[in-house]
Amino acid sequence: MTDLAHIRNFSIVAHIDHGKSTLADRLIQSTNTVSEREMKEQLLDAMDIERERGITIKANTVRIEYIAQDGDTYVLNLIDTPGHVDFAYEVSRSMRAVEGSLLVVDSTQGVEAQTLANVYQAIDADHEIVPVLNKIDLPASEPERVKEQIEDVIGIDASEAMLVSAKSGIGIAETLEAIIKRLPAPKGDRNAPLKAMLVDSWYDPYLGVVVLVRIMDGVLKKGDQIKMMQTDAKYQVDRIGVFRPAMQNVTELGPGEIGFLTAQIKQVRDTKVGDTITTEKKGCEKPLPGFKPSIPVVFCGLFPVDSAEFEDLRDAIEKLALNDASFSYEMETSAALGFGFRCGFLGLLHLEVIRDRIEREYDIELITTAPSVIYHVYMRDGSKIDLHNPADMPDMTHVDHIEEPRIKATIMVPDEYLGDVLKLCQDRRGIQMDLTYVGGRAMAVYDLPLNEVVFDFYDRLKSVTKGYASFDYQLEGYREDNLVKMQILVNDEPVDALSMMVHRDRAEMRGRAMCEKLKDLIPRHMFKIPIQAAIGGKVIARETLAALRKDVTAKCYGGDATRKRKLLDKQKAGKKKMRQFGKVDIPQEAFISALKMDN
Amino acid sequence: MTEDWEAGGFGIYIHWPFCAAKCPYCDFNSHVSRQIDEDRWRRAYLNEIDRHAAETPGRVVRSIFFGGGTPSLMDPATVAAILDRIRMRWPQANDLEVTLEANPGSVESGRFRDYFGAGVSRVSMGVQALNDRDLQRLGRIHSVDEALRAFDIARSVFDRVSFDLIYARQDQTPEDWRAELGRALDLAVDHLSLYQLTIEDGTAFGDRYRIGKLRGLPDEDSAAAMYDITQEVTTNAGFPIYEVSNHARPGAESRHNTLYWRYGDYVGIGPGAHGRLTLNGKRFATEAIRMPNGWLDAVDQGSGDAGRSVLTTEDQATEFMLMGLRLVDGVDMRRYQDLAGRPVSPQAIGSLQDLGMVEVEANILRVTDRGRLVLNSVIATLLE
Ligand SMILES: Nc1nc2c(ncn2[C@@H]2O[C@H](COP(=O)(O)OP(=O)(O)OP(=O)(O)O)[C@@H](O)[C@H]2O)c(=O)[nH]1
Ligand SMILES: C[S@@+](CC[C@H](N)C(=O)[O-])C[C@H]1O[C@@H](n2cnc3c(N)ncnc32)[C@H](O)[C@@H]1O
Ligand code: SF4
Ligand SMILES: [Mg+2]
Repeated sequence: MTDLAHIRNFSIVAHIDHGKSTLADRLIQSTNTVSEREMKEQLLDAMDIERERGITIKANTVRIEYIAQDGDTYVLNLIDTPGHVDFAYEVSRSMRAVEGSLLVVDSTQGVEAQTLANVYQAIDADHEIVPVLNKIDLPASEPERVKEQIEDVIGIDASEAMLVSAKSGIGIAETLEAIIKRLPAPKGDRNAPLKAMLVDSWYDPYLGVVVLVRIMDGVLKKGDQIKMMQTDAKYQVDRIGVFRPAMQNVTELGPGEIGFLTAQIKQVRDTKVGDTITTEKKGCEKPLPGFKPSIPVVFCGLFPVDSAEFEDLRDAIEKLALNDASFSYEMETSAALGFGFRCGFLGLLHLEVIRDRIEREYDIELITTAPSVIYHVYMRDGSKIDLHNPADMPDMTHVDHIEEPRIKATIMVPDEYLGDVLKLCQDRRGIQMDLTYVGGRAMAVYDLPLNEVVFDFYDRLKSVTKGYASFDYQLEGYREDNLVKMQILVNDEPVDALSMMVHRDRAEMRGRAMCEKLKDLIPRHMFKIPIQAAIGGKVIARETLAALRKDVTAKCYGGDATRKRKLLDKQKAGKKKMRQFGKVDIPQEAFISALKMDN
Repeated sequence: MTEDWEAGGFGIYIHWPFCAAKCPYCDFNSHVSRQIDEDRWRRAYLNEIDRHAAETPGRVVRSIFFGGGTPSLMDPATVAAILDRIRMRWPQANDLEVTLEANPGSVESGRFRDYFGAGVSRVSMGVQALNDRDLQRLGRIHSVDEALRAFDIARSVFDRVSFDLIYARQDQTPEDWRAELGRALDLAVDHLSLYQLTIEDGTAFGDRYRIGKLRGLPDEDSAAAMYDITQEVTTNAGFPIYEVSNHARPGAESRHNTLYWRYGDYVGIGPGAHGRLTLNGKRFATEAIRMPNGWLDAVDQGSGDAGRSVLTTEDQATEFMLMGLRLVDGVDMRRYQDLAGRPVSPQAIGSLQDLGMVEVEANILRVTDRGRLVLNSVIATLLE
């Protein structure tokens, strides 16, 4: 137990790739939290997908002990957060558990869209903010220009910004001092009833459900009988500890401290992030305000390629949902794909990450159906349907009108690419709301339909601006538009998993693009295959996949029949990765790839 | 009770794993070596013959095939010793066929008469192309003239001569191929093997192809067109197709390859050679050690086998179809049913018939000319 004055809690926030995790490495290293042998780059990005993609997906907490220049030892709890917009919820949640933020800005890039978004959140959370200009080792670093930008754009004082190279260790000592001098110590009353914030929870194969908590008041001890105030679930605590970053047991956690507890928790739904944990008897009166719930905005169906794996998929999804409060799911059945789940995500990267994790960590091959947003369908009879799945679209004759979700998108981009960005937004039915120049960059604010963005807008934006644009968005509400359901017919059979809602004016173009894409994605068969896009009964685009012309092994290799058999097995294995629709085998990746557009 | 292999017969394959040079497209088990202790090789072949003969006494040998590599680099005395030993160990059919693969160089052709004397009755020559530019591109070390001279000698010595051509080569158009094939048919004696160039992993062509440096290969449509031209031209010349890549005057089909395609039993001797042997009611797949010296050493220790596995009846049924459907004559579906314990899927046959890919007559299932070009897909559908 540490006294409050010697605790500092903070999150490290930044735009994607500005160096949060690398800064966390240096802070961990320079305080000798882990041995040299255990140290590696982006130590906290432990998941395979994080290491492969080089990004942080999950916020991570570490407790470090720092001996300050005043000779005292401080306990610092740092939370490294993800930078990608899809994981913004991880950031906002983490911020609720701490009192301050290190705002990392890449001094070769300057303020980006997520920098702004993070600052607003930090201000919202009443944080003290310490700006950190990172990557000053690089020749392209312009700390003075970026300081100005921070003051102009964000409006916070940057005169005392830290000058850091997280890579080479410059400015780390100063940053540690600034943390204890400039960030406030937490408040709390040791003698008050227990009041702890349930920050996060996840499933650990050895320990079961692990709960990340921030103690506000009181003391949490092993053996305590606790209660989750919202869900009213009661448990006995069987272990408490802190992350260094490996789990280390402690005997108690006091006010201001961040750590974990386990308690034989079986029910996933018992641990609701944002809930308040107190003792069963003599608990606190008033719960914490809780978190704003995260709202999934992209939905798609996940089906096992091998339908026998449905139960395994259920198990995997339940466990992952526990790790990830912003992922939702419900069971779904499809005529063509059998049993599966309709899942909700915060964005496409989030979707890809979950899909990847199910495939790898649980070894289940998946078919992913076309992602969709939620439409509000108003029926003639006055009723309203929340449409998550275009396959469920009612007959148009009964529909009065349809509303779609819109977002407010903020895009920051160097001037020379502005033209391309404006065109992209225009093409995606965007309405310009603001265009200003901040620190030598343009900032465009657009009102855009979410369904035009969800899918590949971010990829397109990156490619038209060679990676120089940054992007952030917020949901703004619903608006009516001329929306229709477009069906895709392969070999004259409608493929539900490929149907989508589109704006009527964009239907021909999207239909054509889909048909062309599918023509490349579906392997040739022994017969020719028409691929059509249709609205109602009307075909609006059509391609024909020519029949396979040649597929035969020329040579006979003496009596090596084994070789032929292996070839056949390989062919069969390839076929297993596809799903049959009528007589046509469609590769699973087609369901997502077909939707990516080239403009 | 008759065993399944009897419908195909019994034969012997001898693999000679050396070549004068390695062709860039070739993934056969062939090696270039300066020092070949041919006495030791001869002893090894003879030992292996003895070992296999002890397991298959009394089988009537219908055909023997010397393949490679380049068996025409073998000393005729070695060939003679092998054939003598086979004759000593097994009874032979009256019309025993003994084929030897030959490269069309001058050295090789000088040995043809001695091979004939040793008992070889048929040669199969790797002519590959009828123009020098393409021979060079294929990495061949002989010219068209040399090939033609070797071929003349072969023809004067043997009644039965076949040669191989590789087509669908770089920068070859369907019309180029039509002309070349016409000339080939003017020369042909009784048999032709016409292989479309296949780019194999692990070959020089494979490597070049992967990095995009093997240009001018015909696309799928033009390769298909060349295949169709091949059928038209050979049929008109009296050399109809009898297997995916093989053409013969009626009656002159290669007995040895037919034995594979009818899924008979065969002994495979020499590095990397495969065999299929039915022993005590079980069918074995045998495979010899691939590396030449490894094989020699193993034979010294008693056996050149790298492994031997029992084929399930399901595997056998699959192999029977994979091999048999290559033949224009097709397969007898009762054999499949006897092996697999169930008939070939009527739905699969039905849908393939609708597409014009297969025909059924009594118990015979055959692929059509169209179906043959996509045989891998046809078989995958049948055996799904
Ligand atoms: N030259 C230089 N490179 C740096 C520095 N800090 C980070 N990097 C590099 O920048 C890249 C991104 O660093 P990360 O620490 O993963 O960035 P992040 O902000 O955690 O990224 P996300 O978690 O994906 O948002 C890596 O390649 C780092 O090696 C620095 O001070 N100097
Ligand atoms: C094992 S080779 C032996 C013949 C002999 N060594 C020669 O090359 O003349 C048998 C035949 O297979 C054919 N062949 C080998 N590799 C091939 C490939 N990659 N594509 C097509 N045919 C091939 C050639 O026509 C060759 O003559
Ligand atoms: S094609 Fe014939 S000569 Fe060329 S490497 Fe292969 S086996 Fe040897
Ligand atoms: Mg990171």
